[in-house]
Amino acid sequence: MAKGPYSEKVMEHFMNPRNMGEIEDASGVGEVGNPACGDVMKLYLKISDDGIVEDVKFKTFGCGAAIASSSMATELLKGKSVEEILELTNNAIVEALDGLPPAKIHCSVMAEEAIESALRDYYERIGKDPKIVDELKEKIKNKQTN
Amino acid sequence: MIYVDNVAGTKPDKRVVDKMIPFYTEKYGNPSAHFYPLGRESFEAIDEARGHVASLINAEKDEIIFTSCGTESNNLAIKGILETDKVKDKKHIVISAIEHFSVQNVCLKLMNEGYKITKIRVDENGKIDLGELEDAITEDTALVSVIYVSPEIGTVQDLQKIGEICRNKGVLFHTDAVAGVGHVPVDVKEVGCDLMSIAGQNFYAPKGSAALYVRDGVKINPIFDGGFQEMGIRSGSENVPAIVGLGEAAKIAKNEMDEYTSKMKKLQKQLWDGLDEMFDFIHFTGDKTDRLPGHVSFWIEYIEGESLLLWYSLKEIYGASGSACSSNIMAEDEDELEASHVLTAVGVPNDICAGSLTFSMSKYNTEEDINKILEVTPEIVNKLCEMSPYYNK
Repeated sequence: MAKGPYSEKVMEHFMNPRNMGEIEDASGVGEVGNPACGDVMKLYLKISDDGIVEDVKFKTFGCGAAIASSSMATELLKGKSVEEILELTNNAIVEALDGLPPAKIHCSVMAEEAIESALRDYYERIGKDPKIVDELKEKIKNKQTN
Repeated sequence: MIYVDNVAGTKPDKRVVDKMIPFYTEKYGNPSAHFYPLGRESFEAIDEARGHVASLINAEKDEIIFTSCGTESNNLAIKGILETDKVKDKKHIVISAIEHFSVQNVCLKLMNEGYKITKIRVDENGKIDLGELEDAITEDTALVSVIYVSPEIGTVQDLQKIGEICRNKGVLFHTDAVAGVGHVPVDVKEVGCDLMSIAGQNFYAPKGSAALYVRDGVKINPIFDGGFQEMGIRSGSENVPAIVGLGEAAKIAKNEMDEYTSKMKKLQKQLWDGLDEMFDFIHFTGDKTDRLPGHVSFWIEYIEGESLLLWYSLKEIYGASGSACSSNIMAEDEDELEASHVLTAVGVPNDICAGSLTFSMSKYNTEEDINKILEVTPEIVNKLCEMSPYYNK
């Protein structure tokens, strides 16, 4: 059959999304929207006392690329430390999905932003300044460029 | 496979294709070559096709100009009249808010050349505001162009009333009837339009077959220059097989339209009612009564259109979506993703336009096709609702 606009990996995640749902006693919840097409992603993180992502779930209103990006992001997050997941960029999600059409890259950016948003909420809940997320992000960026 | 994206192009009728084939294989003469039988044969075939197309819309033979597609017909209609004596000093064009890109973008570009464009609003059913249309026409108006049938929401405009307004105001009237001809009766004399675009791919002829009706007495200039084909209005060697196909499709439509459209209307009702009963969060778009036969368009709360489209397509049901996300998926940049201007015009909010879907049937669809669509829909909708952060059970 003729290939569609999406990779097989994207279609596979679209058809069988991983970790779809909610976590009732989540440690952090992030919700972001994309004004370009009205997509919304909600990400739930369950983080252990020693800062490891034990469980993660998502709910997404969006196109095939948005759903696949959400699903792939949750897979990449599980078992990682809080510091590690901030290193996860949208490019890593795109790569793991075997690529996205150029016009759909913003869907992977939305997933990255949902992770940051959920972590900000997590820090707030444990009584820390959520700005820590931006500082860590900045540090990672500097490390990567050096 | 269930093909319900017929506004994007119908399956050509086998009789149409059979009639075309010899013009690819044996009857390859150039219709301008009148002095040997091979050429003469092509000329006569075009002449016959012109008669069939004219007859379908109650026009005269010499009022039909063959073109290559609906987009070309729309371009020719608009650009072709602006420099003619009657209107060359007028710098105002009136269109509706739900025109096809091949009218809308032509007008946008004309704004760079000093033209003023007025877009007439439509109501929530997609009907244009006739009062507003009447008020919009001024001494400076060169042309009114209104789409007959919206491929996206299926609404059929009252061309006769629009034609009457234009005649009373003495202004030229073009209608893009591409999505209508072959499924909705058209009588150019009753409508009183000056120009009408027609495309064969919407009624069982192949892509690349199209025409522009130009009322007798209306002057029009070519948009590219060349020989004397099509009275010099559309020069270039004629695409004889496509023209023959368009003619045959017009002949079939004239004879059989009543029969197949009454069947399509039944199937439309079956699909519409079936979906309506299923969910209380489904919203149909377009006019329920004045509607293209076999056309059902809707949006579902909580669900994005491309996801819906993809799932139907995985179930081998092929429709279309007006969602921003699937609007131009091959684009190089997300800035090129835009919610459909047709849906925003009928008042569907931007983020909700995301959910819109269009099923457009052909004369080939069956009751089983509709049953199958209705059968797979709950599973798809439930799956996507469950995934939606907006949906609360």
